[in-house]
Formats: sequence, structure tokens, C-alpha cells
Amino acid sequence: MSEILKYLTQTGNIKKLVTMLSMFILLLTSGFPLFAQQQRFPKPEFESGYTQPVTSMPEARADFYAWFDVLILVIALSLITWLILKKRSRRGVLAMSVFSILYFGFFREGCICSVGSLQNVTLALFQPEYSIPISALAFFVIPLVYTLFFGRTFCAGVCPLGAIQDVLLLRPVTMKTWLQKVLGLIPYIYLGLSVLYAATATDFIICRYDPFVGIYRFDATFFMFTIGAIFLLLSAFVARPYCRFFCPYGVLLNWMSRFSKHHLTITPNKCIQCRLCEDSCPLGAINKPVPVKVMEDRPSATKRFIRLSLIIPLLMILGGWTLSNFHENLAKVNTKVRLANELMLFKPDVMLPSVEIEAFKTAGTPVQELYSEAAVIVEQFYLGAWILGGFLGLVFGLTLSSLSVFKYREDYTPDKAECVSCARCLKYCPVER
Amino acid sequence: MAEKGKNRRDFINTCFRFAAGASLVGVTGVLAHKTVSGNTLWQIDTTKCTQCGRCATSCVMTPSAVKCIHVYDMCGYCDLCGGYLRPNVKNITTGAENQLCPTGAIKRKYVEDPFFEYEIIEDLCIGCGKCVKGCGAFGNGSLQLQISHDLCVNCNQCAIARDCPSDAFSRVPADEPYKFSGFKKEQKD
Ligand code: SF4
Ligand code: SF4
Ligand code: SF4
Ligand code: SF4
Ligand code: SF4
Repeated sequence: MSEILKYLTQTGNIKKLVTMLSMFILLLTSGFPLFAQQQRFPKPEFESGYTQPVTSMPEARADFYAWFDVLILVIALSLITWLILKKRSRRGVLAMSVFSILYFGFFREGCICSVGSLQNVTLALFQPEYSIPISALAFFVIPLVYTLFFGRTFCAGVCPLGAIQDVLLLRPVTMKTWLQKVLGLIPYIYLGLSVLYAATATDFIICRYDPFVGIYRFDATFFMFTIGAIFLLLSAFVARPYCRFFCPYGVLLNWMSRFSKHHLTITPNKCIQCRLCEDSCPLGAINKPVPVKVMEDRPSATKRFIRLSLIIPLLMILGGWTLSNFHENLAKVNTKVRLANELMLFKPDVMLPSVEIEAFKTAGTPVQELYSEAAVIVEQFYLGAWILGGFLGLVFGLTLSSLSVFKYREDYTPDKAECVSCARCLKYCPVER
Repeated sequence: MAEKGKNRRDFINTCFRFAAGASLVGVTGVLAHKTVSGNTLWQIDTTKCTQCGRCATSCVMTPSAVKCIHVYDMCGYCDLCGGYLRPNVKNITTGAENQLCPTGAIKRKYVEDPFFEYEIIEDLCIGCGKCVKGCGAFGNGSLQLQISHDLCVNCNQCAIARDCPSDAFSRVPADEPYKFSGFKKEQKD
């Protein structure tokens, strides 16, 4: 005992003890206590006065900017709505488009955008463990609310994807109506698929195949860059090809805009049926007047209604059944399902393990666990494929019926659903305010 | 007749507008308590990463936003560094043929006998993880792959996350943006 005390009281040793103790406490409190125990080669104690560099941990963009983006979105939407509905100024829309391309596009590098946010919302609705950032929710809801009141002013010049196509439009060609209708079905399919894949936490396909985000970042795979370039080239002749024939968020805006309260009108006053604006819309979104004599009479309308109410459910069931047959193919996109498939087919003696299989083996998860997880996901896809097929059947049926129905209309009006409020047609109207 | 039709249509329109508005409010309401107010960032769980090499190729940025980050606190300052040198090198020199890193992004600096400091030159690192694997296998595992948040554009869906075979990516709260680990997994050589 006295030996130990004597040993301890030697000044040099006390110093050592104190340093050791303080080192120990420091280690415990510094948040790296585990490092010390686990190392093969302990960290040396330097004698040359060497100072260890700091481990670099660069900061991310501050949270504050996410709110700033939402603020900018609201301001931009309010401004462009005012420019369109009150000022009726195409030049204003153009200026806003340029601003959006610069800010939401090049400066913010195209992320997060409203189009993609629809997947975050879906994921949050279906996966309990995912919490959605408020800014993503705001980017999803705010344009829809504006559209419900004022038409698709968001598309006119706030959406960076729409804006970049719009400013490039040089020589619009007119498209056959049937072609426009057929291609116009693609967004519904795209919307359905992206919801299916987001709901099953498989992938965000809208983000993966966003043609313009690579251009905004000056960085993309060759494949995506080519697609982006094709879309941009196409935009010179076909007005907004992505908007009209792909954009899944556009479908939601389309629905909202149909019921919008204060949608843009071509004439500032009363339409005099002069036909000057008839062909002015590059999107083919101007509805011509329908004279009373083209309208069908009551009995034939009733008959058509009965026919539709039979055909549409039939189409829905057919669609659901067809797609549900392909649910396993749809599910293959999911990494877990793919890995489970791969493992089932894997023969260790004849095949080299893929990177996935090797990583799975390293992680040491029981195979059975993976299989049951994959089975649950495939089950979700089965249900999802039925719903998606039914939805597509409904859309198909309604599109068919809309081709045969004529609503009474006296004036030239923008088609509220298709019109993106670009304000190009306004200057063709000779009527004074 | 036209007037009547128009009135009816207006009425239906209003009904639908309210329905659409209500569904928007509904979605927002349902999600309102599922939101995180702060931003979240993508990060690699270093305990899960198997250094497959996809971090170098899958990122939407070129070069990748994933970098090797040196946790100096864990480093043994070894002369024979498993992260710096190729396995079975004849003589320990800084010759390019001896270096594991394909881009020569690691700087070896003499500190004092027999210790060396290894510094990652971030501009050169492509995040391939070769050195991380080497350090994990032969050394302390002080080299770790992490997303460098000044380079990452925080994609809505990280392109590497869906390619990562080890499921190592997840979103982390912005106030704890790095996920270094002190645990050393036993690696098969
Ligand atoms: S249709 Fe889609 S891509 Fe086009 S402007 Fe509207 S939201 Fe943007
Ligand atoms: S504002 Fe006029 S030109 Fe522009 S999309 Fe609408 S109808 Fe067409
Ligand atoms: S992709 Fe995953 S396993 Fe591969 S190096 Fe990156 S984090 Fe590691
Ligand atoms: S080996 Fe790869 S990860 Fe390590 S420093 Fe070099 S480039 Fe970066
Ligand atoms: S979030 Fe995007 S930029 Fe960041 S690491 Fe992933 S792919 Fe790269």
C-alpha cells in the first residue's frame, strides 16, 4: 500500500496520472470513446509538437434557404398571376420565365421542384416512417391552390421545367387533335407509375428521368443529357413537349385548373367571334364555339350516358386485370425484390456473386427475412397494379367520351385544363378593354 | 336553354372546386403532423458501406459528392498504411505505382519517426472507396466515405442511394450531417 502511495506521490508520476485521467475523461466526453478501444494501431503520442489537422466536415446549405425558396415561390406565383390576369402581359410572363430558369433552374439546380414533390407526398402518405420536409409539402400544395383559383399560372412561368421549354418555342407546328389526345394519355400513365413506385418506396422515377435537371446542373449522364437535348430541340417546334405529353404534376394541375374560378380569358371584354385568335395557341388549347345544332338532343345523350356507364367500369376492370398480370414485372424495379430474385437463382458454384449479393452476404441479414420482405412488397405491387390499371381504364374511358361530347359554347375560350396561361393568344384579340 | 345549361355548369364547377380544395386541405392536414421542419440531408452509414465503388460513379455530380474523409482521431499514422499503399508493395515510397488511390488524392507527409500523416486532397478524390477498403482491412478504419455537403446538391432522391448494394444511405437531420463510425467491422480478406 505504502509502495503505491510512494509511487503516486512522486511528482512525475502524479503528472502522468493526471494527464491519463484527464485524457480518459476527455475521451469519454469527446464523443469518440469507441475509437480508442477498437483500434489496431493506437494513435501515437507525438513529441515533435505536431498538431493534428481537423477532420473536414463541410457545412450544408443552411435550413433557412428552404424557407427562402418557399417564399420566392409564393412571391413568383403571386406576381405572375397578377401579370397574367390583371396586366395581361406576355412580356411579364416571359420575364418571369427567365427569372425561374435562372433561380429555380440554374441557381437552385432544379431541386426540389413541384413536379418531383408529388413523390415525397405519396411516400409520406404511404410509408409511416418517412417524414416529409415542410418545404417539399409547400412546393406541392401551393401551386395547386393557386391553380384552383387562377388557372395554371404556375406552368406559365414559375415552373423551371415549363419555362425552359416555353422560352425556346420558335415555330410552333399545329398537331392533329387525335395525336394530341393519344400522347396526352402518357402523363396519366407516368403519374400512375410514379405514384406506384413512390408509394412502395421503390424509386422516384420523376427525378430519375427529369430531362432538364441535368442541364440546370451542367452535369448528367450521357443518356439523360441526350434526352434533355432532344426535349429542348423539340421545344422549338412543338410547344412544351414535356409539359403536355409527360409531366405527371401537370395532370394534377390540369384537374385543378378545370375548376379554376378566375381563369385567363382571351378577350379582355366580350368575344366578338372574329376568329382572329383561332389558331394563335401553340398548344392547341383554344376551344372553338359550338353552335347549338351540333349539340345532341336529350334521348341520345341519355343513351350515350348509359353506354358510358357500362363501358367505363368494364375498361377499369380490364385495365386492372391486365396490369395485375404484370405486377411481378413492375415489382422488379424494387431493389429488395430484385435482390431476392437474384438470390433465388444464384448458384454459388457456377456463378460469380454480383456486388449486391456480396454486400448482402457481408451484412449478414438472414435470407428468409429478405424473402418475406420482398414478398410483402410484391403483394403491394399486386394491389397497386389493380388500382393503377383501374385508374388508367377510367382515364381512357373519359378521354373517349370527351371526344364525343360537345358542350355548348358561344365564344372562343382557352381550354381551362390544357391552357398554361402563357398569354400568347392575348395580342390577337382586337377587342379593347 | 343556353342560360340554364350555363348556370348548371357553373354550379357543378363550383361543387368540384370545393371538392378539389377540400382534398388539398385534406392531404395537407394528414401530412401536417408528419413533417420535419428542418431540412434533411443524405449521408452514408459507414458501418453499412462495403466500399463497392458505386459512390464514384452513381452520383449525379462529376466528380462524385462522396469523398473519403480522414478521421484523424482514429488514425494510427502508420508507415505501412493500408489505405495509401497497394497490398504487397516492395518498398514503401510515394511512387505512383505503389499508391492505392487511382487519382493520387492522398498526400503522405512525414511527421516524426515512424509516423506519417495522410491527407485527402478533396479536389482529387473521386470517392471510389479503394483507400477506405484498404484502411478498413489493414488499418484502423480512419478513412471513411462520406457525402461532402458542400458538394452535394441534396437531390430529392439520391442517385447513389438506389444503387448502393448495402443500403447505406439514409436521410439524416441537418444538424448532425456526418455519420462517422468508430466500430470496425471484421472484414474478410
Ligand atoms: S406541365 Fe409540368 S413541367 Fe410543364 S410547366 Fe406545368 S408543372 Fe411544369
Ligand atoms: S394562354 Fe392562350 S396561347 Fe397560351 S396556352 Fe392558353 S390558350 Fe394557349
Ligand atoms: S454505394 Fe454504398 S456500399 Fe458502395 S461505396 Fe457507396 S456507400 Fe459504400
Ligand atoms: S482511393 Fe478513392 S476514395 Fe480514397 S482518396 Fe483516392 S479517390 Fe478518394
Ligand atoms: S444527393 Fe445527389 S449530389 Fe448528393 S451524393 Fe446523392 S446523388 Fe450525389
